[in-house]
Amino acid sequence: MSGADNVVWLGTPAFPEAARTALADTRLRANLRRATGTIRDKRLAVAAELDDWEELRDTAAAVKRRTLRHLDHHLLRLEETVTAAGGTVHWAADAAEANAIVTRLVKATGESEVVKVKSMATQEIGLNEALAEAGIRAYETDLAELIVQLAEDRPSHILVPAIHRGRSEIREIFRREMGEWGRPAPEDLTDEPRDLAEAARLHLREKFLRAKVAVSGANFAAADTGTVVVVESEGNGRMCLTLPETLITVMGIEKVLPSFADLDVFLQLLPRSSTGERMNPYTSLWTGVTEGDGPQNFHLVLLDNGRTATLADEVGRQALSCIRCSACLNVCPVYERTGGHAYGSVYPGPIGAVLTPQLVGVKNAASLPFASTLCGACYDACPVKINIPEVLVHLRAEAVEAKRRDRLLPTTEALVMKAAGAVLGSPRRLAAVQRLAALGARLVARDGRIGALPGPVARWSGTRDTPAPARESLRAWWRRTRTPTSEDARTTAEGKVRR
Amino acid sequence: MNGRESVLSAIQGALSGVPDSERPDDVPPSTGPRADHAGPDVVGLFAERAAEYRATVVRVPQADAAAAVGRALARTGARSLVVPPGFPEDLLPEGPWSRLADVPPLTVAQLDAAEAVVTTVATAVAVTGTVTLDHGPGQGRRVLTLLPDQHICVVRADQIAPDVPEALRLLDAYRPLTLISGPSATSDIELDRVEGVHGPRTLDIVVVEDA
Ligand code: SF4
Repeated sequence: MSGADNVVWLGTPAFPEAARTALADTRLRANLRRATGTIRDKRLAVAAELDDWEELRDTAAAVKRRTLRHLDHHLLRLEETVTAAGGTVHWAADAAEANAIVTRLVKATGESEVVKVKSMATQEIGLNEALAEAGIRAYETDLAELIVQLAEDRPSHILVPAIHRGRSEIREIFRREMGEWGRPAPEDLTDEPRDLAEAARLHLREKFLRAKVAVSGANFAAADTGTVVVVESEGNGRMCLTLPETLITVMGIEKVLPSFADLDVFLQLLPRSSTGERMNPYTSLWTGVTEGDGPQNFHLVLLDNGRTATLADEVGRQALSCIRCSACLNVCPVYERTGGHAYGSVYPGPIGAVLTPQLVGVKNAASLPFASTLCGACYDACPVKINIPEVLVHLRAEAVEAKRRDRLLPTTEALVMKAAGAVLGSPRRLAAVQRLAALGARLVARDGRIGALPGPVARWSGTRDTPAPARESLRAWWRRTRTPTSEDARTTAEGKVRR
Repeated sequence: MNGRESVLSAIQGALSGVPDSERPDDVPPSTGPRADHAGPDVVGLFAERAAEYRATVVRVPQADAAAAVGRALARTGARSLVVPPGFPEDLLPEGPWSRLADVPPLTVAQLDAAEAVVTTVATAVAVTGTVTLDHGPGQGRRVLTLLPDQHICVVRADQIAPDVPEALRLLDAYRPLTLISGPSATSDIELDRVEGVHGPRTLDIVVVEDA
């Protein structure tokens, strides 16, 4: 993986270790449970309002899959229509290339700061960091992204990136950091969400009003018209899309839709699936540039960065249908307990577990396909019917295969399982091993649980807490308590005789 | 190889399994008759759903429309009103506010200082309580409805489409479009909904029933 890539956060521990830390954080778990529970209920209610919800999902899935099967055609069409409408299209094979393009475009304006609309694609490529290296300051303007940026933190949810922060923490972050970045927080700032939002409004407004360049992502782009769509609620998106002279939109190549008319399905599915609203407060659509209204320079950067590799995998390809609604995060029992940071990736939750390993190569995120219970809740929730469990299983096989290829030796797991097979195949051997194991395990267990073990099973045991085996196996216990004693045998025999 | 060629050839390589006989435009149509989510009372539903988004909605006859705009302004005490070019004069109330025309274009600072803006709309959507601007006559540039704190929209009852697909069909993709569902809002802090982060804090909708 190249250094510029940000899909997986370098230096973060693999999922199992990160999850262990997250699980110990009871406040994080309480925040997450409340938040995901709330969105989940709202989503179910508004989805139930549409009696053709399933049909909409089927249509969306069909449109997305069909589009992916002819992606080159639709992208060329999009390039043509955007260009005809006065925009400029750029193609970036990887993160470094995309960052270089954006940096060059910003430099050409002579500006040294940009305002940003929340965008997964720019996070994925580490754009803010790349711009900073070039001496350009990028200001996040979505409230949650602002919190994350001020705290030098990482987002933990696709939709509500600061879901892991409580109001008093946010107040402290604002009081401590806002002054460094611009207008300071008011002295008497309380931790009321209303007050905090007002502080953000004042802090950001001066930035919006002076900004000459904005960077955004895109939720959709229609190939037949060249229309780009951004969906949001706060109005920060509208500010960025409207006030600056130059707008640079970085869009994953999978976001293209064949036609403007296709938007109707997705604009019904996305808000209901993501925030549980019938419609989000603001949806902006623009086609190239409009004289006298909004930015007069529009650049669309089409980003590959691992997407074509994903496209090549006929099972994994469906992950590219994702519209980033985050419904799968909110229903995922694993996400609900570990939070987004444990995934160590820009894309957390079930979709992160299938998308991240594909974007960066399974070898580089080998633990993520295992970060799931395969319960299937994500598949049920997904508005574009991505079969996440299917892709997870597929990627698990790949991860194991990659590991085997790497070592050209059976893995510890394989050896242990082989040994287990031999033992389980023979009652006598099993009994012997059980006696030994009970004895051994009780020696290493603490509080009845076995943590990390030394030696060849260290990795396996380090990622799970195994209850120590009982002092006695069920078979041994059965034999001891249920096997007829000589006394019992006599009674029985006598009974038989009596009858 | 430049970025464009390398991305395109990577896509073509990845899709080598797709048979040549399959046509790109062969996508099942995503639009078309589907379930009607609106029911018979489209105007009533729109008013109800927009109000659920904490927009203030009133339904008035044409003769009372200007006065309804005036009442919305009086409610917030706004003293300056941006009026986009092409806004119907007969919908403008008399009152103590100063009128700002966008001809020549107002500066960002002037707009930031303005307290209210009044516009017509391109369409509205009953099921979602959405108003849609295409920034044509009577609606003005996008920034006009972004910086002032109060946005008053006048919607003719016959502009209300039952659902999202119908509304989109009525729109011109080549114009900048803004779909607005309630005032600006955030739920980023502990999922508590707060209105008025960056866009207008107040959204007033005046539905003119017999226009
Ligand atoms: S995978 Fe499906 S449910 Fe998850 S974020 Fe993407 S579209 Fe939403």
